[in-house]
Amino acid sequence: MSVSILIDRNTRVVTQGITGKTGQFHTKMCKEYANGGNCFVAGVTPKKGGQSYEGIPIFDTVKEAKQATGATVSVIYVPPPFAAAAIDEAVDAGLELVICITEGIPVRDMIRTRYRMHGSKTRLIGPNCPGVITPDEIKIGIMPGHVHKKGPVGVVSRSGTLTYEAVGQLMELGLGQSTCVGIGGDPVNGLKHADVLRMFNDDPATEAVVMVGEIGGTNEEEAARWVKANMKKPVVGFIAGVTAPPGKRMGHAGAIISGGKGTAEEKLAVMEECGIKVTRNPAEMGKLLKTVLR
Amino acid sequence: MKIHEYQAKELLRKHGVVTPRGYACFSVDEAVEAARKIGGSAWVVKAQIHAGGRGKGGGVKLAKSLDEVKSHAARILGMQLKTHQTGPEGQKVRRLLVEEGADIRKELYVGMVVDRGSQRVVLMASSEGGMDIEEVAATSPEKIHRVTVDPAQGLTDKDAAEIARRIGVPEKGIAQARDCLKGLYKVFDETDASLAEINPLIVTGDDRVIALDAKMNFDDNALFRHPEIMAMRDLDEEDPAEIEASKNDLSYISLDGNIGCLVNGAGLAMATMDIIKLYGGSPANFLDVGGGASTEKVTEAFKIMLRNPKLEAILVNIFGGIMKCDVIAEGVVAAAREVKLKVPLVVRLEGTNVELGKKILAESKLPIISAANMADAAEKVVKATRGA
Repeated sequence: MSVSILIDRNTRVVTQGITGKTGQFHTKMCKEYANGGNCFVAGVTPKKGGQSYEGIPIFDTVKEAKQATGATVSVIYVPPPFAAAAIDEAVDAGLELVICITEGIPVRDMIRTRYRMHGSKTRLIGPNCPGVITPDEIKIGIMPGHVHKKGPVGVVSRSGTLTYEAVGQLMELGLGQSTCVGIGGDPVNGLKHADVLRMFNDDPATEAVVMVGEIGGTNEEEAARWVKANMKKPVVGFIAGVTAPPGKRMGHAGAIISGGKGTAEEKLAVMEECGIKVTRNPAEMGKLLKTVLR
Repeated sequence: MKIHEYQAKELLRKHGVVTPRGYACFSVDEAVEAARKIGGSAWVVKAQIHAGGRGKGGGVKLAKSLDEVKSHAARILGMQLKTHQTGPEGQKVRRLLVEEGADIRKELYVGMVVDRGSQRVVLMASSEGGMDIEEVAATSPEKIHRVTVDPAQGLTDKDAAEIARRIGVPEKGIAQARDCLKGLYKVFDETDASLAEINPLIVTGDDRVIALDAKMNFDDNALFRHPEIMAMRDLDEEDPAEIEASKNDLSYISLDGNIGCLVNGAGLAMATMDIIKLYGGSPANFLDVGGGASTEKVTEAFKIMLRNPKLEAILVNIFGGIMKCDVIAEGVVAAAREVKLKVPLVVRLEGTNVELGKKILAESKLPIISAANMADAAEKVVKATRGA
């Protein structure tokens, strides 16, 4: 029986960009978390094949890493100018899931990468995301593992620290998480809120979901409509940026109100219409979730 | 990043888009000289600032003689031009564009943006030129036509010609309109633009198609591969605090409230602004110190916030993940000492090494108000600005 979505203790991971400073630091942290020692089986850095890091063998290509270790998931810490090409390589190697942490990839590169992905089975999470964690089993990404524990709540969010905030509030109330997914703050990305909600809906370990969104785009509205039509489990939500001025990019490349579209109020209204309980107070995400748990 | 109209027109001309003949000018003498070079009997003197709505604000004037060019240029250069996009204080005009007058028969709209839903570039076009596309979208959405561009093929001849016909370009002008739209896509794609607008695109009395105004924004993440675009950056048009912040790799946006916020992470930074508002206060800024905030970075962040004369209190909200709370606490203490902080400072720490962080703050003997959680922090900082 599945007890999480996307990743679990049996997932085998290849780290792309394992020899960079960020890649090294986070690979070590992930390896030390729960079953990470068995999960992180390969690294890739072109021209460094044959070397190793923390006992993890390094390969020149994702294809070689997959063949040698059976890795099916990759995590990417490659610098922005080369990160989209790293996603392409993982897709071409036929991996099941690619989690791209890198922030600052040009939008044009992501348009081309997403175009190439049409018809591919590979799922992409990110870019510009904290990653995915199934507490007490595996963490893939840059989130602090120790603030999580296993439990019934799914978390999906476009931001990093605001997700940790949501998790922190759940933990205050003694509520653990099935899986937490950071889908990232870029305008052109992989999985959307709705995609992750669908997985939580099908996951027996998830009883309720916290959905954290922010200004920009219409991702949250689409997710809300999907929830109304399909979701069997309660969903609560918060949208960051009620006070954000229009036309300004609020840190994340995708967090911008343009042409009067993508405001927090608009998103909150649609979410409420679709039966999602929302709060305008970011300090009350945990409390709100607790009210809907059966 | 934004550029001026005259710079956007230069880029468009290089890709085969026809624009009026004109020159950028930095003085009244240059404006008169430009008009003389252009010749003819009618010129347009246009203020060059990054905000839209320049015409309504008095920044665009038609001149029928060189004397008029001179008087318009003298009045516009140096004025504080107020538009719906500049804010109440307006923007000082430092550059002009002097162009030949145009014989306008029809005003159309064409623009390109990245559509998040389809994850492609979308061409939008409308017969209703000369007004905000948002306004057209709200009042007569049926008048906006869209083409989603296939990234492998680019904008095709067929699509370009068809959309030109739909917005009412006469048959004689179709070939030129098609080339204009293809040029627009090419420049959008090649320069990593995030927005490219020609509004209005005009049809002249003799059926020529000309870009009368142009606006382009660029993807900041792609500027590393476009030094030619970077060279067009005009720092006079940007907020000095935001420039200073970007030099220090801080993400900062000025707002009009009185409570400064220093937060790690963009989502949490927005949520912090929101909760301040919810508790009756008003945020002075958005500030994301990022994942690897050092003491130096925190100090810089404090200095930038303190330059704001409206600032009455500061809220530091950190959820330490990879960034440890003790490191940020040391940074906050060092920064508060270095800048000799006079305004109330509320600090909320959570996450990795939180106890150690709180201890450092307490032992500093600085008048730091410690908060237990986000709500407590917001309540305390709002109270602090009310002198209670």
